[in-house]
Amino acid sequence: MTEAPAESVAGIRARGTEEPAPEAMRHLLEQMLRIRRFEERCVELYSSTAIRGFLHLAIGEEACAVGVLEALTPDDAVVATYREHGHALARGMTMRSVMAELEGKAEGCSRGRGGSMHLFDAATRFYGGNAIVGGGLPLAVGLALADHMQGRHRVTACIFGDGAVAEGEFHESMNLAALWGLPVLFCCENNFYGMGTALAYAESETDLALKAAGYHMPSWHVDGMDVLAVARTAREAAEAVRQGGGPHFLELRTYRFRAHSMYDPDRYREKSEIAEWKHRDPIGRLADHLRDIGELDDAALEALEGAVAAEVDDAVAYADAGTLEPVGDLLRFVTSEPGGGER
Amino acid sequence: MTSTTYREAMRQALREALTRDERVFLMGEDVGRYGGCFAVSLGLLEEFGPERIRDTPLSESAFVGAGIGAALAGMRPIVEIMTVNFSLLALDQIVNNAATLLYMSGGQFNVPLVIRMTTGAGRQLAAQHSHSLEGWYTHIPGIRVLAPATLEDARGMLWPALLDPDPVLVFEHGTLYNMEGDLADGAGEVDIESAAVRRPGEDVTLVTYGGTLRVAMGAAEELSASGVEAEVIDLRSLRPLDTATFVSSVARTHRAVVVAEGWRSGSLSAEVSARITEEAFYDLDAPVARVCSAEVPMPYAKHLEDAAVPQVAEVVAAVHRLGA
Ligand SMILES: Cc1ncc(C[n+]2csc(CCOP(=O)(O)OP(=O)(O)O)c2C)c(N)n1
Ligand SMILES: [Mg+2]
Repeated sequence: MTEAPAESVAGIRARGTEEPAPEAMRHLLEQMLRIRRFEERCVELYSSTAIRGFLHLAIGEEACAVGVLEALTPDDAVVATYREHGHALARGMTMRSVMAELEGKAEGCSRGRGGSMHLFDAATRFYGGNAIVGGGLPLAVGLALADHMQGRHRVTACIFGDGAVAEGEFHESMNLAALWGLPVLFCCENNFYGMGTALAYAESETDLALKAAGYHMPSWHVDGMDVLAVARTAREAAEAVRQGGGPHFLELRTYRFRAHSMYDPDRYREKSEIAEWKHRDPIGRLADHLRDIGELDDAALEALEGAVAAEVDDAVAYADAGTLEPVGDLLRFVTSEPGGGER
Repeated sequence: MTSTTYREAMRQALREALTRDERVFLMGEDVGRYGGCFAVSLGLLEEFGPERIRDTPLSESAFVGAGIGAALAGMRPIVEIMTVNFSLLALDQIVNNAATLLYMSGGQFNVPLVIRMTTGAGRQLAAQHSHSLEGWYTHIPGIRVLAPATLEDARGMLWPALLDPDPVLVFEHGTLYNMEGDLADGAGEVDIESAAVRRPGEDVTLVTYGGTLRVAMGAAEELSASGVEAEVIDLRSLRPLDTATFVSSVARTHRAVVVAEGWRSGSLSAEVSARITEEAFYDLDAPVARVCSAEVPMPYAKHLEDAAVPQVAEVVAAVHRLGA
C-alpha cells in the first residue's frame, strides 16, 4: 500500500512501516465502514426530519477517527468536536445510543439533550461533542493535568479541526500542555477548510505540524486518508505520551467529501478538488490493499457490508422506538442531584 | 412595496452602508466565500471585493479587537460574529476595550464600531448555539444594544448604528432570517432610540423584543378573541432602554407582562420589570409578570426546546393570571 511516510517535524524518528496482521486491518476496515454507513443513514434521516439541528458529517475522514481511537486504551479520555459521530463509534459507544441521541430520544447517549454535536459517554470517557471551535482543548489539558497530578498513566486524546488552530484557546492550551508536560495527544484533523474558509485564507503558516512544533511538542504530518498510517503514528505517539513524554501533536491531513453541514450549499470548493480527494477514499484504499494481498474478496466484503447494514438498521429501529424525555425532567441536571455521584 | 425577507433586508442595509461610506467594511467568519453563515452577506464579496468583505480565521477575540482598532483609526467596521455564544470568546475586547476606551481616555478615543450577531433558540441547535445572552451586554455602560425584530428594522437600523460614534451591538434572532413580508420601496434609516408600539391595546402591556415579538403578537391575537386587548411594545433598543414608552403604556393598561427569551435571573426582563416598579408602581393593578426561558442550557430535543422557550399559551396564561 502506498503511503507518504509520516514525517517528523520535531526530532522524532520516522514511523516504522511494518503492517498490522490482516485480521487487524479487516477490523480497521469494518470500523470505517460502520461510520460511513451510519452517516449515510443520517443523511436520509435528516431529509425525513428525524434528525434536526446542525448535522456535521465526517464522510471521507473516517481513517482519522478510527486510526486515532484504535490507539487508545479504555482508561484513556477523548475530547472531540461537533463532527464526532465517528469518534464516538470508534470509541466503542453503541450505534444505538448515538442514533437515539441524534433523534433526540431519552435513550440517547446524552438523553436527547445534546444531539449530533454533543455526544457524551462517561463509560468510555468520551467528554463531548464540543461545538465551540477550540473549546475542547483547554478541557483536554485539564483532564491530562488531573492524570499527571494523580500519577496515572492515561492519555487524553483531543480532536479538533484545522479551524481551531486560529483560536487563542488552541495556542494557550498547546503552550500550557507543553510547559507542564501533560499527557495530551493533540489530533488536528486538517481537512483544509473551516466551514467555507480554506486553510490558506485562515493561516499565515499552513503547515500545522510545524506550527505545533513551535511549542516544543513532537509533531507529525500524517496521511489522514490512510488508516494504517494514522493507526501506526497514533499508537506510537500515544505510547510516548503515556510513558511521560509530554504532549504530542498529529496533523492528520484529510478531506470531507460532503458539505460542512446540512445547511451548507458548498459554494467555495471546486468539484474537481472534491473528486480528486474521493480517489483517496480511505475505505476503498484499505479494501483494495486487502484484496491485493489476498485478504479480502467479494464474499467477505459483502458479509461485512451486510453486518454493518444490520447494525445500522438495528440502531435506527432502536432510535425510532425510543422515548422522549418527560418534559417534567427539563430542569434536571442543571445542577447536581443529591447523591448524584461524583467523578 | 416589495416583498422581501429579514435576511435580504439586512443584506440591503449592508449594501447601502458599503456604498454610502468607503470607510465601512464587513469582517467576520465566512462572510465572504461561504456567503455568510446565515447567507446574510451572500453576494457581497463579488460586489465589494475581498478588501471590504473580509473573511477572518476563527479568531473572535482578534477580529473583534481588530475592529475596535480600525474604528479608532477612522474606519467604520461592521464585525459579524456568527452566534452570540461565540461572542464570549471576544467578550474581553467588547467589555474591556470597546466599552471603556472613550471613558478611560477622558473622552479622547471613541469607538465607532458595529458588531452584528445571531442570538436565540428555536432551531434545535442545543446548548452552545442557542442562548439569548444579549441581556448581558445591556449591563455594560458604553455600548448601545439593538434588536431588530421587523423587516423595517432589519433594513433600517444599521446605518444609524454606523453613525453612532460609539460601539453598537446588533442582535438578530436566528429564527427571523426567513421571515417574509412587504417593505416600502423607500425603506431605509429608522430611529434607534425609541421603543415601538406594535399593537395598541388598553387591557395589558406586553413588553418584548427580537424573537419573542412574534410570540407576544400571537398572544395578543388570542387574547383579543377573548376580549382582552393587549398593547405590544417592541423595545428595539435594549440599551439604552426607552423606559418612557413602556411606562406610559403601563400607566394606561395597569398591567404588564415582560416576554423575553433570556433567562429570568439577572436579566433584561428583570430590568424592565424593575423600571416599571420604579416608575409606574402606583398605576399597577397587579404585579409585573414575566415569561422567560426555563433556566436550563438549551436542550436539543424539539419538545424540550419548545418547553424551554416562551410560548404563546404561556403568555396568554400569564395575562389571565393578572386578572385581565
Ligand atoms: C468559536 C466558534 N466560532 C465559530 C463557530 C462556527 N463554526 C462551527 S464549525 C466551524 C468551522 C470549523 O472548522 P474546523 O475547525 O476546520 O473543523 P471542521 O468543521 O473542518 O471539521 C465554524 C466556523 C463555532 N462553532 N465556534
Ligand atoms: Mg476543517
